[in-house]
Parts: sequence; structure tokens; C-alpha cells
Amino acid sequence: MARPGRRRDKLRWSKLYTFSCVRPAVLLDTENPPSLQGPGFSRVVYCNQPRVHRKKPFRYPSNYISTTKYNIITFLPKALFEQFRRVANIYFLLAAILSLTPVAPFSAVSMIAPLCFVVGLSMAKEALEDWRRFVQDMKVNSRKVSIHKGGGKFAYKPWQTIRVGDIVKVEKDQFFPADLLLMSSSYDDGICYVETMNLDGETNLKVKRCLEATLPLDDNTAFQDFSAIIRCEDPNPNLYSFVGNFEYDQQVFALDPSQILLRDSKLRNTSYVFGVAIFTGHDSKVMQNATSSPSKRSRIEKKMDQIIYILFTLLVLISLISSIGFAVKTKYGMPEWWYLQPLRTTNLFDPSQPALSGIFHLVTALILYGYLLPISLYVSIELVKVLQAMFINQDIQMYDEETGKPAQARTSNLNEELGQVDTILSDKTGTLTCNQMDFLKCSIAGVSYGIGSSEVEIAAAKQMASEISGAHERVSSSQNPWENNAFRTSEIELESGITCKIDKVRKSAVKGFIFEDNRLMEGNWSKEASADVILLFFRILALCHTAIPEANEETGSFNYESESPDEGAFLVAAREFGFEFCKRTQSSVFVRERHSSSHPIEREFKVLNILEFNSKRKRMSVIVRDESDQILLLCKGADSIIFDKLSKNGRIYEEETCKHLCEYGEAGLRTLALAYRKLEESEYSAWNTEFLKVKTTIGPERDALLENMADLMERDLILVGATAVEDKLQKGVAQCIDKLAQAGLKIWVLTGDKMETAINIGFACSLLRQGMKQICISTTTADPLAQDAKKVAKENISLQITNASQMIKLEKDPHAAFALIIDGKTLSYALEEDMRYAFLNLAVDCASVICCRVSPKQKAMVTRLVKEGTGKTTLAIGDGANDVGMIQEADIGVGISGVEGMQAVMASDFSIAQFRFLERLLVVHGHWCYKRIAQMICYFFYKNIAFGLTLFYFEAYTGFSGQSVYDDWYMLLFNVILTSLPVISLGVFEQDVSSEVCLQFPALYQQGPKNLFFDWYRILGWMANGIYSSLAIFFLSINIFYNQAFRAGGQTADMAAVGTTMFTCIIWAVNIQIALTMSHFTWIQHLFVWGSVATWYLFLLGYGITSPLYSRNAYKILIEALAPAPIYWVSTFLVTAACNMPYLAHISYQRSVNPLDHHVIQEIKYYGKDVEDRHMWTRERSKARQETKIGFSARVDAKIRQLKGKLQKKYSSMGVLQSA
Amino acid sequence: MNSGTVAGLWLRLLLLPLLHSRFTQQELPACKPILTPQWVISAFAVVSIIFVPIGVASLLASRDVVEIVYRYDSDCVPASWASDKLAYIQNPNISKTCTRTLTVPKRMKSPIYVYYQLDNFYQNHRRYVKSRNDWQLRDASKANDTSGCDPEDAAGGNPIVPCGLIAWSLFNDTYRFTVSNSNLPVNKKGISWKSDRDHKFGKDVYPRNFQNGTVIGGAKLNSSIPLSEQEDLIVWMRTAALPTFRKLYGKIEVDLQANQTITVTIENYYNTYEFGGKKKLVLSTASWLGGKNDFLGLAYLIVGGLCFFLAAVFTIIYLVKPRKLGDPTYLSWNRNPGGH
Repeated sequence: MARPGRRRDKLRWSKLYTFSCVRPAVLLDTENPPSLQGPGFSRVVYCNQPRVHRKKPFRYPSNYISTTKYNIITFLPKALFEQFRRVANIYFLLAAILSLTPVAPFSAVSMIAPLCFVVGLSMAKEALEDWRRFVQDMKVNSRKVSIHKGGGKFAYKPWQTIRVGDIVKVEKDQFFPADLLLMSSSYDDGICYVETMNLDGETNLKVKRCLEATLPLDDNTAFQDFSAIIRCEDPNPNLYSFVGNFEYDQQVFALDPSQILLRDSKLRNTSYVFGVAIFTGHDSKVMQNATSSPSKRSRIEKKMDQIIYILFTLLVLISLISSIGFAVKTKYGMPEWWYLQPLRTTNLFDPSQPALSGIFHLVTALILYGYLLPISLYVSIELVKVLQAMFINQDIQMYDEETGKPAQARTSNLNEELGQVDTILSDKTGTLTCNQMDFLKCSIAGVSYGIGSSEVEIAAAKQMASEISGAHERVSSSQNPWENNAFRTSEIELESGITCKIDKVRKSAVKGFIFEDNRLMEGNWSKEASADVILLFFRILALCHTAIPEANEETGSFNYESESPDEGAFLVAAREFGFEFCKRTQSSVFVRERHSSSHPIEREFKVLNILEFNSKRKRMSVIVRDESDQILLLCKGADSIIFDKLSKNGRIYEEETCKHLCEYGEAGLRTLALAYRKLEESEYSAWNTEFLKVKTTIGPERDALLENMADLMERDLILVGATAVEDKLQKGVAQCIDKLAQAGLKIWVLTGDKMETAINIGFACSLLRQGMKQICISTTTADPLAQDAKKVAKENISLQITNASQMIKLEKDPHAAFALIIDGKTLSYALEEDMRYAFLNLAVDCASVICCRVSPKQKAMVTRLVKEGTGKTTLAIGDGANDVGMIQEADIGVGISGVEGMQAVMASDFSIAQFRFLERLLVVHGHWCYKRIAQMICYFFYKNIAFGLTLFYFEAYTGFSGQSVYDDWYMLLFNVILTSLPVISLGVFEQDVSSEVCLQFPALYQQGPKNLFFDWYRILGWMANGIYSSLAIFFLSINIFYNQAFRAGGQTADMAAVGTTMFTCIIWAVNIQIALTMSHFTWIQHLFVWGSVATWYLFLLGYGITSPLYSRNAYKILIEALAPAPIYWVSTFLVTAACNMPYLAHISYQRSVNPLDHHVIQEIKYYGKDVEDRHMWTRERSKARQETKIGFSARVDAKIRQLKGKLQKKYSSMGVLQSA
Repeated sequence: MNSGTVAGLWLRLLLLPLLHSRFTQQELPACKPILTPQWVISAFAVVSIIFVPIGVASLLASRDVVEIVYRYDSDCVPASWASDKLAYIQNPNISKTCTRTLTVPKRMKSPIYVYYQLDNFYQNHRRYVKSRNDWQLRDASKANDTSGCDPEDAAGGNPIVPCGLIAWSLFNDTYRFTVSNSNLPVNKKGISWKSDRDHKFGKDVYPRNFQNGTVIGGAKLNSSIPLSEQEDLIVWMRTAALPTFRKLYGKIEVDLQANQTITVTIENYYNTYEFGGKKKLVLSTASWLGGKNDFLGLAYLIVGGLCFFLAAVFTIIYLVKPRKLGDPTYLSWNRNPGGH
């Protein structure tokens, strides 16, 4: 009691814990200590002597972390280098440099300014992003922690000052600043609780325990003269292993992972711990796990690169043709062209050196034909994506009102990728579930209590109701009453057992408890028939756990700090039932029992042993002595395990409980069975002496022996009942998964949690259902000592995979669905080079895949396997630091914002507040953005080919001299003003169908993954259209304005008149083209498209009235020369019609003969058929989904199939009866 | 690339009043036209209905134009010089006058435009097009500004006005016409654009030091007439788009009757022999569409015809294999159930 806060820390948990805590410190100096000299084991840490680590060879990185890409000095060169890694940018840079020389056909400013703009914008983006990372790093680096500064004194210093060897004192709920070796804790036996959520996503607390040898170092002053040496492994990313020796007091102790506290995990339930920093900064395991964030590019953008290469080839080709033509003309023609004064030329036009002139001209041509791949393409795409991102950010339907967080497109260059996702890899905790357990139902003594429905049930019932009405309609409309409809409907309602109560609003005053049943509440349970069993049930809830109560001053009741949220839910439930767990001492648990309305009585139960939970045992027991000296073993565990261990007379309620457990499981609840056993004094003491003996044995077989001992006790149990806890799914998760599945997306769940938990959640969100064949791939616990253990395990897994694949192949039932469940350890083998594709093939054949107990690295590896193995677009979604790797690895990373950790969001490309927003993000925004960007890029190439090639054709008429027929300003404005806004409005505002229709017809989403709008057929089609248009524009104009007069006044057309007319034709043709491409005209599109055409005339007018020194031959061209000439208007009309006729014919033919889904839906909407014929609309909506085996709909379908089968049987038997 | 957030922030600030509006929610009222067969067929039909008459009208206009084209470049070289036309044209001592007669095929109503047509003359060559200085042409005080006029910027150390290759190579053949021994006047006023005369060529800018260099190009200019009145030069300075071009020489403001013979006296000075270009004299009337050119009318007829054909094709498709609009059986999941 020396310090406050150590009161309850007097507990020596090792006395109670059986398995994890008691590990006698093995003295290694006598035995053979593991050789830690070899490569990979070079690290030496001088504890409490951080000074040693300031000099080589023990100089290790400081605890300063930096995740930035650049610093002030490297930013400019590095960012510029990044920018000019794009081929296109290099081309533009060269063009800009060359535009300063006389070879350029244009002025230098028109080349340099846009380049600076584009590069500057991208670099500003990079800089800002890096600045944010820097700020984030600084925040972490300057967190304060108490560090030993010598002489037993500790002082708060920033994290970044920690060096290897420093003694650090970490207090409750603080993060560990580095990887520490646990020296001692506020608990006497040196244990502490750690939450590793940020590392592996597991939410249950882990117990770490220090070496016995360092236990006395539990005070600040104890570190005054402390010194020791740690020799251990080098920094590595493996979170679950650690090998090292601790040399202290001339003794050598072996270290294992249970003494290591990892950076970014959190100290829980423990006042403080002392630790020695072993790995700091980038050496720490969590930083080693961090993969550098890659810059992602969408598929469309990658394909665009290929198109750019094609166009670049075309550009070089026509430039070569041009320059060869020029060289030939210069050599053979120019000496005769006296009007050019060939004898007094410069290098550029020197007939005596045609090759040199040709080379100069090549440069000119490359710049001149640069309109084939304009820099404005990049500017426009960037701009469009930013605007699209803005729409995503602004979407009110993706705004979470609870947290006030909107969806956020953190990178805008992946918008269109959202429309092409094939596989979603999802984290579980915090993403699918809230990680909040609610006690919902229980089965006691064969009676099921709790009338609340789980979310799964509610949703399923709703679905059923709508399906039934749909089925009803279908049956009645088909005029084929194969049975009495009314009978059938009611029958289904009866069968499903869920009626109208679905609409009841579930309200819960107490966190973790939404149980509703008056039979048990308010002490009413004592009136129940089997009140004694109920009492026992509640006592098991209140006693069988390892939690610690904490008085809550506000409410006067207790909060519980438990290892897992389930346990917390049980304790809350027990409290609400009147069995309030209020105090734990070294040997006892105190429960305030309140029977009916009487005063609470505080009862003491002496805890004799705790046989705690682990994933292998799947159960935990406590042995208590109650106030009447009766010794009881209270046990809770997985039903399959408990049912095996029941005594003969303990099986009274087995059948009913079993049935209830099935129902609960079906409803997506996590279930545990509760049982007890009365022990005789003698029996217990005999067992206990044996148990104590085993507990103190040393050797590898100790664990096995302990388990055997526990098994001896946990038998002949008497079943009391079962609990059903709802791991609350986040709002709308199940519906969202259902919709996504209908949109043809595959969903994988990757979780750090236990297999059972994962399977439960799989059920809860309908990724798994009853009747689905589960393929569990796991490793047999082969003898780890065997030399070829790994080989054996691998062979075994390989065999399992082959068998499963075989099974799937042989399956005949088309409705059969398979689920693959694999754990992390097995996964590590399955992900190896020789097995990964077999594994992937199996996984792809399964309807759902659940990977449990996977490390962050494995998550990333699975993601990469899917991404590279299937070649499809993957999306990873998660909320915690443990998902960062996966988020970065996937084509698209989505972070869930709104929970405390920001790491996932920081690493993500998009962040949303809730999982359910994913549906809208993909199905609406993804679909739109994909189509918009695809159409926009196609159109962009079209318009620039149509324009750029006319320059080339004209060249042939000028002796390939590099003269353009258009005024410089026309060309400059073509991409900047005259055609940019319409294409941007296409990229920002185009909607093939409205957002409601997108959501109602999830199958439309498949147009993206199938890439219907950006395949080579379409791209080349657009290019051909561009080439055709350029030919039509050029040759029609040239022939109309050949050599004769173009006006009644007899004037002939000069270059300015021809060029301006041709340019007018281009402006009309490309703008009419985009109007034909669009299917959605708001006033903005109208304004931009028609405004662009009008702008052209206005520009021409304005340009014409500026001084002729600037407008040169374009001076007054419109008002004086062209506008009064009918041929100008007539030829514009002709060329525009000729250019767009083939495209119009093509799309009309496509639509009339081979309409795409969105065409038909547009028509239905256009004619209001959806309102007229509601039935058809609903029917198509229900059909418009991909064949899916997961999600509610699949579950409901299966249920309906099953019911139909049953009913048919019933019906036929009735028919038989009637006929009899 | 974190543009989303940055821009998002900016736009959010800018568009704050619009937040949650129909604009940000992408729910602006929109018209969503769809291409129904009726629309397509009538669009094509309307285009063909408009195009065919325009085509016919332009063809008629083109047919109305009477055009006399006479190529004289080789005709006007005496037979003795036929083997070396270049020497002929470059020999200043030989008379270049050449008299020929032309017959009017049809009645030509005034005004009759007189053109010269050059062939294979790259007036659109980059070197040529650039070789001028607009400042100098416009402003007497800028006479010394000859930038861009290289190589014809100065002669004997003094700047040339007008400088540059274009002016230097000015066309210098002349034509005189007589009908029945009476002179047929050619009006050379008003053959250039008014804006050129008023704003591009200065009223106080006189030719200076022109054609005084070592190499003489084309025409010489009367240095007492300001540039704004040198209409031949103004016309010439409007460079042509194609290597074959006509330029207005003058107007004959008298009607010519059919089968009338015109005697034309050509002063054949201009050197097209070096680059093998043709020289033609053109007399032509003009319609509302300009000169004689059947191409426009034919193109209109062809496009109109194609549209008519397409309208017919779509009508047939519509009649033979009609698709009810909005027919759900065409949805992909109905067409190949389970196959998606």
C-alpha cells in the first residue's frame, strides 16, 4: 500500500492462472543456451546504459520515426524526378525546351506555361501530402513518456529521445514507445495486460509476464544501479516471435515473446510497467511491418499509358514522314524555288544540307503534331478527378451523422477504379463489427429466454416478407395457382417463426445488454419452474471469468475490464439480472446477489483455481468454494466441447439446448454453453495436489500434463444452458454485403481474430449460412521437434487443398455453396510459392473466404496474391493499423474513419465512416466515375486526333515546311478553352442512369469489372472515328476552298480564311460529337457544349477587332470575309454532318439491335414504364443481380427452397390424404 | 496523390452555400434524351431533306458560273526558247509581250473577275509565310523594323520597305484586254479587302529601297504611291493556303457576249519556269457561292443521299426487327440467364 493505485494490484495472478503465466524462469547457464552469435542474432543491448549505444558498433537507430517521402532538400529533385518519370511529361519538357529555339512552330510560352501548371500542381499535391505525414510523425515523435535519466529518477521526455537500453516507465492506457523488454509491472508477479489492436486487430487483452529475475525492479529507485545485457535477434517484422538471452547477475535467462511489449500496443488494466527499449524507431517490429506506401494508378490510367504510347508512335511516325518529306523537298524542290532565296538560308532550310534540315524539322514536327497527345489531357483528367472526388466527399448519403464524418476521397486518381472492383478484402473488427458484444438471448434449463431479435433475423424477416409478397404476386400473376396462396404465405410465416415483431425498435439502456424478457428480469426468474438452475446459470456468468471490476463513480455501478468483450457482456448481463460482480481479491470473488426485490446480499466465493481459456481448449473453468463450503466447478465453453464432457445425468436439457443453440447460430449469434459440476472435498484435494505438482514441473511436456489435469476435472459436467451474444455488426453491414454480392463482388474476410469468432461473424453477416459446405484448412499439430515438421505440414495442407478442389469440382448441385476458412498458420504455408496458386484457385471457387488469425503482413500477402493471381481489381477495407499493409497493397485501400486509430485512414485512398457506405461508393460513384473517365479519355483522344491530323495533312501541301493552316491562337485555345469545358462536364456530370437505379440494379456494376467502356474495341473505334473526322474535315474544306473565289465578290480564300473555316468545322464537329456521347444534360452541359461553340465565334469576333498587328491575317476575318460568305456556313454544316453521321449510325444501330442494360433501363425510365408497370420493375430489380451464394438474399433463397421442398411434401401428402 | 482532400477542402469552402444542394448531390434536373428509332430515322431524314436541295442549289450556282482558263506559261515562250525557258525569262533584253485571243463560251455578266493562277508555288511555305513585317507595312515610323524579313530585310545596308520574301516575290505579269479593237478596261481598285487597305498597309508608307538588292525578285513598286493603294501587293501579301492558287488581278465591268473574242496582251515576266509552275489567266463570273466548283454541291448530294440511305436502313431495321423500347427481355440477365 505504499503508493496509491497498487491496492488491487496485490493480486498474484500466477497463482490462479494455469497455463499462460506460470513459466519458471529457466536458468540457461547450466544447460546449453541457444547460440546467439550467428548472423541474424547480432543485437546487443546494454540495459540502462543508453550511452553505450551512442557509439558504434552498438549505435542503433534512434526512436525517431519518419514516414515521409521527402525532406526539404530532397523534395525538389526527388519530386521532379517522380514527375518526369512519366513519359508524357518528359516529352512535354523537351517540347518546352525546344520551343525556346527557332525550330519551334509556336511561341515558347504556350508550351512552358501548361507544363509548369501541371507539374507544379502535382508537386504541390505531393508536398502537401508529405507535410501531413510529417505532422503526423511529429505528433507521434513528441509524445511524452517517462524515461530513466539516471540515479533512479524518471522524467517525461518525447518518444524520439528514447535510445536502445533506456529504461522506460509506461503508464496505464499509454502506448509503448518502442519494443520493450518487460522488467516489472505494478502487479506483484510482474504481469501486465496489453491490447494489440493496432498490431493484429485482436481486441482481447494479452497477458505479458516478466522474468522472475527482474521482478524486484518494481520501483523507480531500483533502477539506480541496474545493469544487464540482452543479446537477441536482429530487427525483423515477425510479431509473434522473439529469441534472445538476458544476462543479469552473472546468469543467463532465455527470453521469449511473452516478455516483449511491442511498440504501438497499449498497456491496459495495469498501472504501470518498467521496460528496457530493445528495438527503437524503425527497428521496432511494427515499423518493420510497415510497407512503404506505393503510388497507385488505376487500370484505366495504365491503359491510357498504352494508348499514349500508340499515339506517340503515331506522332513519331508522322513526324518522320514529315521530316523525310521535308528533306526530300528541300533537296530537290527548294533550289528551284527562287522565291524562297534558297542560297541565303539558315540551317533550317538549307537545300545543300537536307539531312540536317530534316533533323531540325523532325523537332519542329514533333512539337507541331503534339496536339495528338496534349498536355491538357493530363490537366483535364486531374481536374475531373478532383471534381469527382469532391462529389464523393459531398455525398450526403455517405455522411455519417453520428461521427460527423463524410466520405473522403483521399487520392483522387483512383475514382474510376472504384467502378472495376472484383474482390473486396475486408477486415472484421471495427469494420464489419463494432466489436461490441450484446447479451441477447439465453437458454436455461431447456427454455429459451430473450425475445429480442438479432439484426440478422430482423433483416432476414424483412427480406422474407418482401420475397413472399413478391412470390405471391408472381404466383397469382402467372395464373397458375398450384396451391392455395393464403395457405402458403401463412405457412411460411409460421415456419420462419418471425412475424411482425421485426418492426419493434430495439432500444438498449445498458451497453452490452439488449436482453428483453420479463420472465427473467426484475427478479422474476425466481418464479420460473427451474429457478435453481437459473440461479446457477447466473452464478456461472458472474463467477466464471478473469475480469476485474472497476467502480464507476458516475453511475455507482461497476465497469468490467475483461480479456474479451464477450466476458464483459456476460458480466453486464449478470449485473442486470441481479448478480453484480463487485470485488475480486487474491482468493475470492464477491458478488452482490439480489433475489427478487430484497436487499442485495454480498456473497463471497473463494476461487480455488482458474483453468483459463485458450483457443485450443475452447473453454474455461473456475473452481470455487461457496459460502456453504460446497466446491463447484463452473465451466463455459464452445458447445461442441462442453457437450462431449457432460455426465449422463447432466444431459437433461441437452436436446432443447442443442436446438436453441442451432437457432442462435442461425441468427448470427455467438454462443457458449454453460455447465457445472459439484465436487467432493476429497476429490478436489486429491486432484489439486496432483495439479500443483504438475504446475511446478519443468519441461516441454508440462503444458500437455496441465491440460490433462484440467481435462480430468472438466468432465461429468451438468449442462445448465447456453448464452447467445450478438457481436454487433455495424449498421447496415449485412445489407451492404448482400448488395455488393449481388453486384458480383467477391468478399473475403481477413481477421486477426480466432477462427470461431470469425465463423460467427461470417454467419452474422451472411457470408456463411447453414447448409453451406465449410472447408476448413488447418495444420495438424505435428510434432514440432521433428526435423521435417514443415514438410509434413505442407504436404498435409496441399492434400487438403486438392481434396477440397476435387470436392467442388464433383459437386452437382448448382445451389451448393462452399466457404473456405483458413487460419494464419496454415496460410503461411499456403502462401508459399509452390502452393499459393492451388490455394488461390480453391479460394476463387468458394463463395466466401475467411482467413483468421492472420498477421498484418499476411493480410498484405493475401491481398497481393489475389491482386496478382486473379489479375482483377482488389479493394481492401479496414480500420486499424493492422490493416495498413493490406490497404496499401490492394488496388484500392479504404479506411474506416470514425474509430480512434487514424493509421488506416492515413494509409487509405478513400475513407468512409461506415462499412455500409461502401455500397454507394462502389455501385454509384465507382460506376459513374468509371464510365465518365472512360468516355472522357476516349473522347479526348478522338478530338485531338481529329484536330492534330489535319495539321499533318496540311503539311503535305506546304512542302512539309511546318507551317500550320491555323492561327497560333486557334491552336492554343483549342484545348484550353474551346473544347475543354464540354469534355470536363462529360467527365464530371455524366450519368448513364441515376443513383437510385444504380443501387436498384446492382448488376449494372458489372459493366466496370468487365470493362465494357474502355476495351480496345472501343478505344480503337474512337481513334478510327477521329481519323475519319480529320479526313472529312480536311479534304472537304480543302476542296470547297480550292482555288476559285469563295464569295460573290470574287475574292479567293487565303490561308487565314481556309484555316478559320476548317477550324470552325472542327469546333462544330467535336462539340456535336460530345453532345451525341452524353446522355445526361443539365444546364451545365448545355452551357458548356453550346457555350464552347458560341465562344469560338465570339473569340473570332473579338480577335478580329484587335489590332491587325496581333490578329494579323485574322483581322476582321469573320465580319468582313467569312460571315457574309454563304459558303462558310454551308461548308460548316456539311462537314459537321459528315463527321458525325457514322457515329450516330453506329450508336443507333448498337442501340436498336444490341442494347446494353443501361440503354434499356434508360428507355424504361424515359417512358415512365417503371411507374406504369411496377410489377415488371420490381421483377427486373430482383433479377438484376449477379448469381450469388452469399449474403441475405442467398440465405433467403436457400430458406425458400427448403420451405418449398417441405411444403411440396406436405401438400402432396395432403393430396394423398384427401384422395384417400 | 492527395488532391482529393486539398481540393475538397477548397471546394467545400467555396461551395459552402451550395452544400447539400442538388448540385453537390448530383441531382440537378436534367434532360436525358434517348435515341429512339423515330428520332434516329427522322434525324437522318431531315438531314437528307435539307442537304439534297442545298446540293442542287449549289450545283446550279456552280453551273451558272462562266469561267475561261487560259494557260500561257509555255504558250508565251517563243519556239526558239522552248528548250530553255528559264534563260528566256531571265534574259531582260527579250520582249516578253505575248498576244493571244480567247473566245467567250457563254454570255458573261459583269463583273467579270480576272485572276492569275499559279501552280506549284509554295506561298504557304513556312519560310515564306514568316518573311514579312506587319509593323513596317503599317507605320511609316517603323520603316527600319525589318525583323522577321530575313533574308530580304536590307539592301546595301538600308532597310527595304516592304521587306521580306513575300513582297520581294510579287507577281509582275500584266494583262491588257481588247474586244473588237476597243480596249476592255480592267478595274484594279477594290480587289483587296478593305480592312487590309485601311488598317494593315499604311497610307503614309511608301516603298523604299525596294528591289534594289543583288537579286531581283518580282515586281517593282512605284515608290510614289503609298502601300495602302498598291492593291496588287496587298492581294499578294495574303498568302494562299495551297500551292495552287488564284489571286484577283482586276475586274472587267462590262458584259461579254457568247462567242465574242477577246484579245489579251500578256507581259510575261514572272519566273515560274524555274520551279516548273504553271501560269494561267482566268476570267470568271461569280455566283452567290463564289466561283465554279461542283464539289460542294456533289458533297451535299452525297451526304444527303447517305443520310437518306441510313434513314431507309433504320426504317427497315425498325420494321423488320422492331425492339420495343424499354423491353426488359433485352436486359442482359434476361438474355442469357445465369450467364453473367
